[in-house]
Amino acid sequence: MTAKRRGAQLVMLAFAVAIVMVAYANVGLGRNGQVPAGMLTYGLGLGGLMLAAYLVLARFAPWADPLVLPLVTLVNGLGLVMIYRIEQATPKLASASNQLFWTAIGVVMFSVTLIVLRDHRALQRMTYTAGFVGLGLLILPLLPFLGKEINGARIWVGVGGFSIQPGEFAKLALVVFFAGYLVAKRDVLALAGRRLLFIDLPRARDLGPVLITWVVSVGVLVLEKDLGTSLLLFGAFIAMLYIATQRTSWVFIGVLLFIGGAFVAGQLFSHVGARFDVWLNPGSNVLYNRAFGGSYQLMQGLFGMGSGGILGTGLGQGHPDLIPLSFSDFIFAATGEELGLTGLMALLMVYALIVERGLRTAVAARDPFSKLLAGGLSFILAWQVFIIVGGVTNLIPLTGLVTPFMSQGGSALLANWILIALLVRMSDAARRPPPQAIQDEGLTQVFQR
Amino acid sequence: MNGTLKRASVACLLMFGLLMININYLQAVKADGLRTDSRNTRSFFARYQNERGMITAGGQTLAKSVDAGGTFRFQRKYTDGEVYAPVIGFFAPESASGIEGAENKYLDGTHPDLFVRRTVDLITSKPTRGAAIDLTLVPKAQKIAYQDMKKSGKRGAVVALDPKTGAILTMVSLPTFDPNTMAAPDKAKAARVYNKLDKDTNKPLLNRAIETTFAPGSTFKVITSAAYLSEDGTRDVNTTVEAPNVLPLPGTTIGLRNYHGESCGGRTSLIDALTISCNTAFGSMALEMGYDTLNAQASKFGIGQPMSIPLSVVKSDLGPDEGKAALAQTAIGQRSNQMTPLQMAVVAASVANQGKVMKPYLVNKIVSPEGDEIDSARPQEVDQAITPAVADKLRQMMISVVQNGTGTAAQLPGITVAGKTGTAETSQGAASHAWFISFAPAEDPKVAVAVFVESGSAGNDATGGAVAAPIAHDVMQAVLGQ
Repeated sequence: MTAKRRGAQLVMLAFAVAIVMVAYANVGLGRNGQVPAGMLTYGLGLGGLMLAAYLVLARFAPWADPLVLPLVTLVNGLGLVMIYRIEQATPKLASASNQLFWTAIGVVMFSVTLIVLRDHRALQRMTYTAGFVGLGLLILPLLPFLGKEINGARIWVGVGGFSIQPGEFAKLALVVFFAGYLVAKRDVLALAGRRLLFIDLPRARDLGPVLITWVVSVGVLVLEKDLGTSLLLFGAFIAMLYIATQRTSWVFIGVLLFIGGAFVAGQLFSHVGARFDVWLNPGSNVLYNRAFGGSYQLMQGLFGMGSGGILGTGLGQGHPDLIPLSFSDFIFAATGEELGLTGLMALLMVYALIVERGLRTAVAARDPFSKLLAGGLSFILAWQVFIIVGGVTNLIPLTGLVTPFMSQGGSALLANWILIALLVRMSDAARRPPPQAIQDEGLTQVFQR
Repeated sequence: MNGTLKRASVACLLMFGLLMININYLQAVKADGLRTDSRNTRSFFARYQNERGMITAGGQTLAKSVDAGGTFRFQRKYTDGEVYAPVIGFFAPESASGIEGAENKYLDGTHPDLFVRRTVDLITSKPTRGAAIDLTLVPKAQKIAYQDMKKSGKRGAVVALDPKTGAILTMVSLPTFDPNTMAAPDKAKAARVYNKLDKDTNKPLLNRAIETTFAPGSTFKVITSAAYLSEDGTRDVNTTVEAPNVLPLPGTTIGLRNYHGESCGGRTSLIDALTISCNTAFGSMALEMGYDTLNAQASKFGIGQPMSIPLSVVKSDLGPDEGKAALAQTAIGQRSNQMTPLQMAVVAASVANQGKVMKPYLVNKIVSPEGDEIDSARPQEVDQAITPAVADKLRQMMISVVQNGTGTAAQLPGITVAGKTGTAETSQGAASHAWFISFAPAEDPKVAVAVFVESGSAGNDATGGAVAAPIAHDVMQAVLGQ
């Protein structure tokens, strides 16, 4: 029987907050030799928020995985420290107090999700609603008056004074939809059609959903110029399709479709083609000096990481102001400059652990929908880290995405806190001991699928 | 579904693995390339972010970093910049020369020897400070050498060594520059100043003591004498050699003559030959010995080898074997014979030091920001160029030069000085280089000097004895009187 391990969780949570506070103090010491004045406010703020999250979790999901909340706290806190540090260098762009505010709202959303959603299987009944909501959110920025184009991507919606990225929430809704849809259809989708070489192809008529998702992804790519989200959604769908049907052929078909799409897009749209050029030859002077779609930003990030080296310059002692968008897309590179290889390895380990806890939840879950949803949410988190970190480090072509829990921005933070709430909810269900069978009725046996 | 979930987990693990391998590649393998990329302005900022170590000599601060606050916090300030520039060099936004360049890793604190301190600084979040470099220069001698050369308005170089250790006590080169003009964190201004200096026909950026070679003229006769005395141990200062008024050069119609066509009387002793600097005597000695003997002796003094002090020194060379006519000219420091002033100082110092050649060096010690000594100079014997007996004979001959010969201007009251003048023709009809090498006190040498005054700048009829010897006099006095 699994233990609750609530005490261990509280200790780890306190440890995570302590690390963040030390890092915070380090920024001030590195910059002007003084512990920053706001340290207690921020520390107590973060500590208080996480204590609240912990209490909600302990009350409403007592069996949940004890590691997830401390790990997320650590990454979110480190993100806050980095944004605070970048704010010192570029006060007009970065704002740590804003980010702390959105963290608070994120924790509220986390709590609300846990309190309202007592049984996540309720989501299965909303499969198609989730699908429509997801699509609607994706389309929202394209509407006239409502949508806004910032930095070349039309992924924003202006509401009052705020800008919201509906795509971040669409991501969640679509994963819920995929999970519900695939659980219902997986037996059909798993049927084999003809055999080509060593791959069993699916039947032609079952290709429909894959093609529709592909069209939506390409639509996002073309109409909103958002390569990152396009890649994120398509990859998540293919992964979930594979998990549900156990057919490798889907992965091959998905990869082929994606490569074909990317190739055609690269030929047709200069901004996509430019990403490939930059990826292949980031150091070239021509690309470096190109005003739009060049490699300047990428190279500045790489210069920062290279200058950081193995141990980093130390917090507060690097030059995040030299890296454009160091507070959002390129926060990983800015972190790499100041915390070095050591810090980045630790950070990637923390992400990997969060994903691992999520996948473990999926394996332990008792029904297919939970398995698929937990697997899908974990995968989309890993996939998002891979796309943005891989892009910033030039492992793959750069596509703009948020670094989960670190980049400045409310929408992504809220969406990711909800994602974590869903994982926590499911891990609570998975780890909760099953009801005791009544011993006397020895004749009845329960079979599990 | 657990099977595919586990495979999906492996895929996630693979993705994180790839990311980790990639950042290791970036931040460990490629880090240096990215850090030093000319487009990475961090290295430019970093130059001014840490407190760079001081450069000192004889208790005086020659270069230090002054905290100015702001993005470019520490800026370099030089005291007596022009006097020390050939040695210390400059610290400009994108480059550094001299000691500033050669000892940069100590000065900016990135040297592996400073690793432990740097790690402590990192943990305590203190900015890294560089180590201080203490030079072997003697400020008093350095200044007088600079002033003498400056006063005369001539181009040239002065090098003084401690013969027993090889420590460089003076290194002056004129004309020079003020490194303060390139110290500001302003790339455009520094580039402008540098380009102007670089294009200047007087070459103020060139350290004439070590970065270029000149015909050594008659100072080279010390080496020819060393070879001749070493070849046969029975020869001494009174051994006579042929010294015709004109030495016929085999294969040519022009003979080798003495300075201003003077006569040395047909046959002369070695001591007299050196005292009056008789060209034909040394020409005939060389013809008797052959090129290989002379060359072997020269290389024992370190000629033909590049040096690092730690500034790099171009190699001196007496030229290829071009036949007997050329050899006679090589023996008196002409033809393809090219020496750095430092090399000639090493020759004087080796004679002074019983024939032992000591490696010249500029760095006395390296001191951590907290004041602990990290490293200090270890005098290093390179070779035994001549036996103590030969050194003794050469000393007698060189004393005679200063007492009775061409080098009387270098005499010091109450101290025996040994020396040799040189006046090197640079080309037919052009003005000569003036040289003087010496050491003192002759009985227990504490300083060896080479003074070089470049062709043309010293007037058409300049001789080593008239132009160079008085400067050597002042430098020796400054070192001995300290």
